[in-house]
Amino acid sequence: MSEPLLQVTDLVVRFTGRRGAYKEVIRGVSFDLAAGETLSIVGESGSGKTTIGRAILGLAPVTAGTISFRGSPINTLSRADRRRQAKDIQVVFQDPYSSLNPAMTVEAILVEPLRAAGIEGGRNRVQELLDAVGLPANAGTRYPREFSGGQRQRIAIARALALEPAVIVCDEPTSALDVTTQATVLNLFKDLQEATGVAYLFISHDLGVVNRVSDRIAVLHEGALVELGPARQIATAPRHPYTRRLQMAAPVADPTIQRRRREERLLMLEQSDSQST
Amino acid sequence: MTDVATTIPLTGDARRSNKSVLRRLVANPQAVICLVWLLGVLLVGALAPWLATSDPNTTFLAETNAGPGTPGHPLGVDSAGRDVLNRLIWGARESAMAVAVVTVVSVALGVSTGLIAGFYRGRFESIAGFITDVVLSMPGIVLLIALYALTGPDVLAAMAVYGVLLAPSYYRLVRSIVLGVRNELYVDAARVVGLSDWRIVGRHVLWAVRAPVIIQSSFVMASGIGIEAGVSFLGLGDPTSSSWGIMLQQSFNSIYNNPILVLWPALVVSITILALILFGNALSDVLQASARSKVLPPRARRRALAAAREALPGPTTEPTPLGSSDDVILSIRDLRIGYPAPDNSVNQVVHGVDLDVRRGEIHGLVGESGSGKSQIAFSTLGILPKEALVVSGHVMLDGEDLLADDTKLAEARGTRIGYVPQEPMTNLDPSFTIGRQLVKGLRAARPMSKADARKRLEELLVSVGITDPDRVMGLYPHEISGGMAQRVLICGAIASQPDIIVADEPTTALDVTVQAEVLEILRNLSLERGMAMILVTHNLGVVADLCDTVSVMKDGLIVESADVEELFSNPREEYTQQLLASSRSVELMEDNDE
Repeated sequence: MSEPLLQVTDLVVRFTGRRGAYKEVIRGVSFDLAAGETLSIVGESGSGKTTIGRAILGLAPVTAGTISFRGSPINTLSRADRRRQAKDIQVVFQDPYSSLNPAMTVEAILVEPLRAAGIEGGRNRVQELLDAVGLPANAGTRYPREFSGGQRQRIAIARALALEPAVIVCDEPTSALDVTTQATVLNLFKDLQEATGVAYLFISHDLGVVNRVSDRIAVLHEGALVELGPARQIATAPRHPYTRRLQMAAPVADPTIQRRRREERLLMLEQSDSQST
Repeated sequence: MTDVATTIPLTGDARRSNKSVLRRLVANPQAVICLVWLLGVLLVGALAPWLATSDPNTTFLAETNAGPGTPGHPLGVDSAGRDVLNRLIWGARESAMAVAVVTVVSVALGVSTGLIAGFYRGRFESIAGFITDVVLSMPGIVLLIALYALTGPDVLAAMAVYGVLLAPSYYRLVRSIVLGVRNELYVDAARVVGLSDWRIVGRHVLWAVRAPVIIQSSFVMASGIGIEAGVSFLGLGDPTSSSWGIMLQQSFNSIYNNPILVLWPALVVSITILALILFGNALSDVLQASARSKVLPPRARRRALAAAREALPGPTTEPTPLGSSDDVILSIRDLRIGYPAPDNSVNQVVHGVDLDVRRGEIHGLVGESGSGKSQIAFSTLGILPKEALVVSGHVMLDGEDLLADDTKLAEARGTRIGYVPQEPMTNLDPSFTIGRQLVKGLRAARPMSKADARKRLEELLVSVGITDPDRVMGLYPHEISGGMAQRVLICGAIASQPDIIVADEPTTALDVTVQAEVLEILRNLSLERGMAMILVTHNLGVVADLCDTVSVMKDGLIVESADVEELFSNPREEYTQQLLASSRSVELMEDNDE
């Protein structure tokens, strides 16, 4: 881990509204991502976690700070230069329904990135990709609507893999899936990482999911990082009170343990209440 | 990795009949008739030099005003001695040209500006918006009459101007669609993949506007025919031409000598306009059909139901409540729910479910999407979608069958059975304050004075953890958070003191910290008031936290039902074990004890 692959320094994202009013969504966030690593960003709705991902992908404006890839800043590139950078940073979105164009066959969806990058021989690559994400070879001629949510997410993963990127931003990739499907898709992410050495920036609201896939976890609260550390430490022994609250709020699928956790959580809230008053 | 593919079969039923648009159009007789007429007009126009026996202005003076059926002149001869059929044939050519000019000009102008404005927005959009407003406010016919002074009797120029006047309707249509499409994730994905804007517009955006533009065009063409006829009829056309409008005008001038002459042009103009409009409707039915499952007309509905009941295995037995019947508040027996399939059969999604909820019990209904768990919740409330068919079954509330009697169901809903929905925000009316909605709901269930209702609701709001009920009641739904909205809805559900609450994924849309608070509220309410609850959820953690009893659903059946401790410590069914394993695989480990 000599030089980080992706480095975000003092990132600020502001959305301006009418008459100069603005909302600061990201307030000075810094982190880096090493090659082949999985860093997760955990936060609740409105914490700005999706915005960080979009800023890195060039889909949200960067107000201040820098995002550099392999040492050179990418947030200041022109759109044409940025397109050339596209093959290094790819994305898997949350919603596998609206992230695939319903009018295109799976093959057309997978060939699109190859064509944009000017790569020939798309067909063989499509077969490789389908195979890599565990879809049958004949899936290419079919339309997204013929697939279930989990299978659609596999198609989206295949599209992200098409250009052999160094980083994939995964924005809540399993939160729209059933729990058994979620487990297989998370396994697929891990397998692909072992096979290709891709790094993931994994964005999620679920500390449990993140604990399963990450090397490190960053906890985002109201646009700022409150804690960043090794996954196991953050998920099981958090230091920051907010992370602790997040951790204790997630219900566990075991009535006995959950009862104890619930009592602990209420006690914890009581203590923090009495401290604040 | 490839072994995953074998464990997950492709969803076969999702392969809907993927007939081409053309074939679906051909299946619609109205569309076929219209299409035949329109193609006929086009063909006649194109082949006019060969079809017509003579030039449109050739005169047969000897036969002036001859009636229809005259040898050599099947539709007769007009007052200037010209053959009517010949002129109609040449007129088809002129009318088609006029319509083509209107359509091409308006589509080219409106669609291109709409695409740019919608995709890039910014200053172009504001300026284009201003111009369209100005153009839309101009009276079209008056402008065309004014134009006559400039260009003289040039129908094509007039039609081009009319095309400009119609462009704003395309602009608005296309812009609003593009505004929606540009926020679709697949457009973002195309950007990330490195596609240029032009290719994104060409591949993803144009596809989305295609159908609406085609549909709109058929209406624009209809109005083009009408305007061409109108402008010519007002005398602004070229009197030497033989367009349908000119024919109408000239025959009108001699209406006392030869009234039947008006009939022919009027007929072709009306039929063509009618054909265009009906064809547009048929197109929009085909292109914009979202007919996943259809609402059957009453008779087909009864027939489908009867057939489905016939196919049931064995006679449906009378409900026999399990356990001590006075302890069970809600009992569901042999519930089967289906949806009409394309071939008018019934596609069952719930296959005979039995469920008992005891007084004061929180009963979890767990399953993955498509397992039918929400269908069961909806049927106890009588809020199944319109197209749903209850094939068989009983929902007994305190011994009364609600499914058998709609009025009883309506009485029970909201008073004896409360409902907490999944999406708190969409279940509050944005145009009324929280207080008004709650008071109205409570008074509908339990007649009382407004002041009493308000007092009671304020107490309840405090009990669901809202510390300043007076202020919250004065707020509008957009002014409160999702967690607060869910508290308000829970308060609304319990206000009428129901015996049982049906909660459909009540915490799925909430953050985990808020979820924990809402679960706490539900638990306390159940303890304090002894209310029974059906909790529909996919989250086994929520079940472990809140429920007394759990039923696990899969593919429309309850596969396992047990006490919560029993089910989690000793699951019998393989599916339950699989669910538990999956959900524990993404769970926090328990080595955090200080």
